[in-house]
Amino acid sequence: MTSGQAMSPAARASRLLAPLLAFCCKTLAIGDVEFRKLRRDPTELMTRAIQPALWLLLFGEVMSRSRALATGSVPYLDFLLPGILAQSVLFIAIFNGISIIWERDLGIVHKFLASPTPRAALVVGKALGGSIRALAQALVVLLLGFALGVHLRIVPVALGGVALLVVLGAAVFSTFSLIIACLVKTRERFMGIGQVLTMPMFFASNAIYPIAMMPRWLQAVARLNPLTYEVDGLRTLLLVGPAGIEAAKFGLRTDIAVLSLIFVALVILAARQYPKIVQ
Amino acid sequence: MLLLHPELMVTSKLAVVCRSLTRRFGPIAAIDNVDLDVHSGETLGLLGRNGAGKTTLIKMLTTLLPPSSGQAHIAGFDLVHRPSRVRRAIGYVPQALSADGDLTGFENLLIFARLYDLPSREQRPRIAAALAFMDLSEDADRLVKNYSGGMIRRLEIAQSTLHRPEVLFLDEPTVGLDPLARDAVWEQLKRLRTEFRTTIVLATHQLEEAEILCDRVAILNHGRISVVGTPAELKAALGAGATLEDVFAHYTGAEMGVHDGAAAAYRQRRTAERLG
Repeated sequence: MTSGQAMSPAARASRLLAPLLAFCCKTLAIGDVEFRKLRRDPTELMTRAIQPALWLLLFGEVMSRSRALATGSVPYLDFLLPGILAQSVLFIAIFNGISIIWERDLGIVHKFLASPTPRAALVVGKALGGSIRALAQALVVLLLGFALGVHLRIVPVALGGVALLVVLGAAVFSTFSLIIACLVKTRERFMGIGQVLTMPMFFASNAIYPIAMMPRWLQAVARLNPLTYEVDGLRTLLLVGPAGIEAAKFGLRTDIAVLSLIFVALVILAARQYPKIVQ
Repeated sequence: MLLLHPELMVTSKLAVVCRSLTRRFGPIAAIDNVDLDVHSGETLGLLGRNGAGKTTLIKMLTTLLPPSSGQAHIAGFDLVHRPSRVRRAIGYVPQALSADGDLTGFENLLIFARLYDLPSREQRPRIAAALAFMDLSEDADRLVKNYSGGMIRRLEIAQSTLHRPEVLFLDEPTVGLDPLARDAVWEQLKRLRTEFRTTIVLATHQLEEAEILCDRVAILNHGRISVVGTPAELKAALGAGATLEDVFAHYTGAEMGVHDGAAAAYRQRRTAERLG
């Protein structure tokens, strides 16, 4: 073995960078597969646009009229849109993990695991697939918002931030879903658990009403819910003027930091669970 | 340098070395103290009835399943301590037809070219060569869900050999293929051996396959290796006129005719697959 001192700094740097570069390439390779599939068959995105449309059109319009939900000076529909955006990110990502059960049954996971691909790259690649879907979905929801006349802050910085939060949020929920898939191992159980999880996560968040309206115990639950930070970040970015700052609670930095930490923790867990699905 | 067990030091010509390799599932030893050597460049058949442990052994040797005890070296690398080096040196074709139906043949190869770190300049030429080698060039841009079973198997062999592995593991490579498709797969496996000197380890319960492809066969029974040898040696040991069927029956204690046994195993497996 060559000793560390004998190596030039450039060689040392490349030795450190090479695995990192390989990790990124392989993550992108897995993500690319999902992207190609989505481009070939975008029907899923079309059908998934229905649910957020219903929430905005029916729930949103009725609640705007009744003014039952105290959102301060922010019109309810403006308040709701980032929540529904986050909801569609959650719903599209939380079932992402089922694909790994399909791929296990087909033997595809076996081949991935027998290849020299870091387990974390397999996990992050899958998460990236979820993020790509969520981005496409987010575009649809934003267009819906325009059509309904929601006031949104349309500046490049805000939209860039929204894209980042959508990617990050989808990565968190996809990886969570991957861990569940690795634990339950069958489609039937996975679907059951997915249904059981999504509704509480949605309602125990600030997606459709402010945290301040909740009973104390639910406020505590909402603060532990990653969806809350996703919604909070989106609201900070999308709502116009001082009303937006008022409606947001934690601040963008906290939102991104919390989501990033959760993502890293979930990737570590998922990278450990992933190989067990074929054992 | 790799520290090998003294006994394993003279292994430059051995592609696979297993010593006391064991895998337990609860109280049951699916693989029980297996010692096995596979020479570089040879094709070794793992022969055994359903549940004999063929798939478990292959899953261990491809790093998918950690051994409960014992050790193994693949291409000179320790299976347990250097799994990523082992993974670089091997190719693996699992039992299920496992190419991704929603991608084209080309895309199925591209993903593996990337996962096996082929330099980007080399990826396309290698993929084109692999497609030509497996006689799939004209179907490269079709979705794999429109491929026949035999084409998928050939594509999978192309996937698993893109990086020119030293050892290729195949788990029942021709189960469910029609005779023509099966012959085509056999041809490609023979060519891999002669043209690239790839070491091949294949699990099978088809005696014809073992006889046609394998230099040596190892008969697995209840997780143990009953006997290893060339088909000719094994037949000769049982006496003049013995067939490989007789050998198989002798070492696996099959009471019914082996043909019936294999057919029953096959039916059982199809049923199991249907039931998921």
